[in-house]
Amino acid sequence: MAGHISPKSTYYAIFGSLMVLTAVTVGVAFINLGVLNFPVALTIAVLKATLVILFFMHVKYSSRLTKLICGGAFFFLILLFGLTMTDYLSRGWFVSPGGTAAAGTQVTVGPPPEPAAAPAEARPEP
Amino acid sequence: MTTTILPRVNYLNVRHSVGSWLFTKDHKRIALLYLGVVTVAFFLGGIFAAGVRIELTTPEGDFVSADTYNRLFTMHGIAMVFFVLIPAVPAILGNFVLPLAIGAKDVAFPKINLLSWYVFVIGFLFTLAAMMFGGVDTGWTFYTPYSTSASNSNVMLTGIGVFITGFSSILTGLNFMVTIHRMRAPGMTWFRMPLFVWALYATSLVQILATPVIAITVGMLALERALGFGIFDPRLGGDPVLFQHLFWFYSHPAVYIMILPPMGVISEVIACFSRKPVFGYSFVAFSSLAIAVFGFLVWAHHLFVAGISPYSAMVFSFLSFAVAVPSAVKTFNWTATLYKGAIWWQAPMIWVFGFLGLFLVGGLTGLFLASLGLDVHLHDTYFVVAHFHYIMVGGAIMGYFAGLHYWWPKITGKMYSNSAATLAALLVFVGFNLTFFPQFILGYLGMPRRYHVYADEFQVLNVMSSAGASLLGIGYALIGSYLVYSIFRGKAAGANPWRATGLEWQTESPPIPENFVETPIVTEGAYEYVKRETKVA
Repeated sequence: MAGHISPKSTYYAIFGSLMVLTAVTVGVAFINLGVLNFPVALTIAVLKATLVILFFMHVKYSSRLTKLICGGAFFFLILLFGLTMTDYLSRGWFVSPGGTAAAGTQVTVGPPPEPAAAPAEARPEP
Repeated sequence: MTTTILPRVNYLNVRHSVGSWLFTKDHKRIALLYLGVVTVAFFLGGIFAAGVRIELTTPEGDFVSADTYNRLFTMHGIAMVFFVLIPAVPAILGNFVLPLAIGAKDVAFPKINLLSWYVFVIGFLFTLAAMMFGGVDTGWTFYTPYSTSASNSNVMLTGIGVFITGFSSILTGLNFMVTIHRMRAPGMTWFRMPLFVWALYATSLVQILATPVIAITVGMLALERALGFGIFDPRLGGDPVLFQHLFWFYSHPAVYIMILPPMGVISEVIACFSRKPVFGYSFVAFSSLAIAVFGFLVWAHHLFVAGISPYSAMVFSFLSFAVAVPSAVKTFNWTATLYKGAIWWQAPMIWVFGFLGLFLVGGLTGLFLASLGLDVHLHDTYFVVAHFHYIMVGGAIMGYFAGLHYWWPKITGKMYSNSAATLAALLVFVGFNLTFFPQFILGYLGMPRRYHVYADEFQVLNVMSSAGASLLGIGYALIGSYLVYSIFRGKAAGANPWRATGLEWQTESPPIPENFVETPIVTEGAYEYVKRETKVA
């Protein structure tokens, strides 16, 4: 960790890559990719973070213990997101027989749907 | 007792000025600084608890208003969880013992160690300010949406206090982890380390990995409350249950920050006072790590009735049962350590027996709450209150006092009265059970927590509980008095009054500022009592 000295060219190359990726992020923001908007932006962000951790933070040249601890931190991050998602992804699976809005309510990320103007049952049949 | 004179220069008398304490980098002095603040917080938390128990002696709300009652139990929780239970064993006993136990002169980063105390004090002052300006009424869990949109108490100030204090915990964890990796004396291999050190290592892991999440969560709460971000507000696409997920991702592992170090203390004390090595050393060591890791996988058992997916709840229920396994491994191994041991009835051991009984009840009632169906009945009742007090007071605080009594001769160089300490342990044990066992029944019968009035038929059990709390208070006051008395009038302890094996006992009491005259060289395991006793005979 302390012993390794990277050549300046490495730092310039990484800096260049980060700049390019930033430009790509900005560029992509102007193109509507539909459902892919979010995943693409996140992928670029993760790529940039990985470059910073490996080269600027010297993890690439560190002992295996340092790598293990870095990896461990990400493992626990995955636990946080993954196990929380066991709730959010499966909430809609279960619908109570009585049709109550209790445990089976689907939760959507984003603004809630507009309430219907009038209940369907209330409309007179033509 | 081998010697009766105190070492001429020790860490206590090497310098006397206030500055020498406030700017010390000696881990032993920093431990005492922590002891001071934690004791103040424990006293404050006790006062709030007394308010709660006085109110609950009668079914009507005649002592305090509903609003004041909310503030009382909230501030009791905040003071006790963040400023007593989390720092008590790691920051006081861990700080004092860890470098001594591995044969080091200090922790790896002494300045960061001092910084962690200052950060802790600043966090405590913020929380204290919040208490003085009228307190906070959200419960120590700060659940949304009440905390973000309804409560008009000092949520922000308390949140900032908790946020800051978290960094103290992270710094301590980091420091301990590096110390254990880098500072062990020659010959102190991983499997010769005392189990207390293993427990501190596992705790550090949790402190480093989980604490940032509470900081982020409290930060989000502040953004939501001040600027209406909408992370937890369904009207803006957020979800209030998300707060509970994030909060418990820290706060459930935090239970293991509270209980793992006392478990380490129990291993030390039980070996010493049974004059035997701990049964299944490596199992006990690895069970600490297993608890630390499994502890991260169970948080949503706090959310079973909050509207989470039933499928997710099943996963978390199963995992919660799984985390009981390593705890059970420890309990069985401690019991097996007692078997055919030469049990020495000294005060620290009495505390350990208290721990074993109470932790067992606390752990097993946890399984009740991890069962999906039963939890619907018991959630947010006094059953839950009783359960976690059996873990946190019956487990963590009993373990803390076991450790404090065990290492007190090392810390101060003085012996306390063994009979007074035994009496205090018995008082606390009886008082504790009288306080909290009736609460199991109350909860089972359906008395909800966090209400200042209750149905008339619950009064007898509540009066029992309040009476027990008074006994508990007397027990704690007794501990304070004979420990302080021992500092001035106690007999000199000598280097090793318990004839224990740990490295910390091979140096003077109180230790010299540099801990050891020469760096010790370790040639045997941590608990070679049998070998030693045979040699003595």
